[in-house]
Amino acid sequence: MNEQTQDIEIDLLLEAMFRKYGYDFRNYARASIERRILHQLSKSGLSNISEMQGRLLADKEFFKRMLLDLSINVTEMFRDASFYVAFREKVVPYLRAHPFIRIWIAGCATGEEVYSMAIVLQEEGLFDQTRIYATDINEEVLQIAKEGVYSLENIQEYTLNYQKAGGQKAFSDYYTAHQDTAVITPSLKTHVVFASHNLVHDAKFNEMHLISCRNVMIYFNQTLKDRVLKLFHESLCPLGLLCLGSKESVQFSAYENQFDPLIKDEKIYKKKGF
Amino acid sequence: MKKFTRKKDFDAIVIGCSAGGMDALKHILSSLPINFPFPVIIVQHRHVDSDGYLAVILNDTCSIPVKEVEDKEPLRTGIVYLAPSNYHVLLEKNRHFALSIDEKVNYTRPSIDILFESAANVFQERLVGIILTGANHDGSQGLKRIQEQGGETIVQDPDTAEYNTMPLAALKTANVDHILGLQKISNFLNDLV
Ligand SMILES: C[S@@+](CC[C@H](N)C(=O)[O-])C[C@H]1O[C@@H](n2cnc3c(N)ncnc32)[C@H](O)[C@@H]1O
Repeated sequence: MNEQTQDIEIDLLLEAMFRKYGYDFRNYARASIERRILHQLSKSGLSNISEMQGRLLADKEFFKRMLLDLSINVTEMFRDASFYVAFREKVVPYLRAHPFIRIWIAGCATGEEVYSMAIVLQEEGLFDQTRIYATDINEEVLQIAKEGVYSLENIQEYTLNYQKAGGQKAFSDYYTAHQDTAVITPSLKTHVVFASHNLVHDAKFNEMHLISCRNVMIYFNQTLKDRVLKLFHESLCPLGLLCLGSKESVQFSAYENQFDPLIKDEKIYKKKGF
Repeated sequence: MKKFTRKKDFDAIVIGCSAGGMDALKHILSSLPINFPFPVIIVQHRHVDSDGYLAVILNDTCSIPVKEVEDKEPLRTGIVYLAPSNYHVLLEKNRHFALSIDEKVNYTRPSIDILFESAANVFQERLVGIILTGANHDGSQGLKRIQEQGGETIVQDPDTAEYNTMPLAALKTANVDHILGLQKISNFLNDLV
């Protein structure tokens, strides 16, 4: 099919999704979104994107399935062991200076990152003075995150990740096996609030000491990434920390000069004082 | 036979390889001159934990700089880009990179198909796609896409590949322009300069 026609169809599809349902994917990274839409198209049995648009406007369930497919919820516990090693060594001492710590994990998906951080904070004796706000755009993954019930299949990998990440205990202390699932131990949930928050248009909701937003802005275009960095900048206390995914950075953005690298290789930044 | 190729016909080179790829890449990349006027983007399958070291080794063996792709960085000529482990690499129409952690494709992340397909969409006929040694089928669909968009396609001669599964799969799927040994692939690239 003619490339240009397809571009127009995708624009219109995203516009329809926004105007009908309020979900705005117009400033997502185009190459990824295009791939997801074409993938969805081939599964749907419809013959082109314009037909998808018609279906989307008429059928809310179809939209919901698309929404699920467009928000990529792939995640794992202790993804990037070296990040958690650095977190223990360099970030924990920084957090220790605060009597009460507020952390925002934006784009938490099914919660594995949240519980990984909770484990580190608990082991370092900081969890009781911490509040973690864990947010995502997708209600279904938030529900899974709240429940904290994961497939036992992945536990072996997570155990390895945990050890490489500097974990000293038996990883099995943090879950109980139930049939083919691992149920996260309730104490890890005590200082966590899960809530729906859309980075595209929702506002700042508290002042944070640390924000972790890993592997979320890779799905955004530069315009949206700038907007979100602005939101994070406003939400951080002076000298607050920002953690990005291992292949992301504040470079190539309008906010590059508002943050200093704290640990460059791990993409941990500090908001500039003034 | 296809049109004869001149330097101005291309904007980028993409390479995909898997098992045995390290030596093949060393062979090809070490032959490229420092003024090589195209960006080279590579997906080499590897273990999730092998972070960074491949770029370091390759950087030591060739004269043009080799680096791992960072999200949203602009594509520049004269640089060899490696897909980071555990991320897919895509290209945007504005010629910036976009990473993703979408589910694995062909049981692997990064996937050659994903890079090739998105590069084909961006560069169309101004792209060279190369499949080297490997023990799986990743890359065939992507190479086919490059060919459909009018790009130039090269597959390593399966008889010379350390693992021939990937070259054979590519040859079966796409109607490729050249089947070449490593030395000839190096020559081909050097002739573009
Ligand atoms: C790939 S996951 C990253 C999970 C985790 N942070 C990690 O690094 O493993 C990306 C998450 O971002 C969420 N997301 C996408 N767009 C969003 C938005 N506009 N606002 C909030 N979350 C969003 C998705 O629903 C998904 O759960």
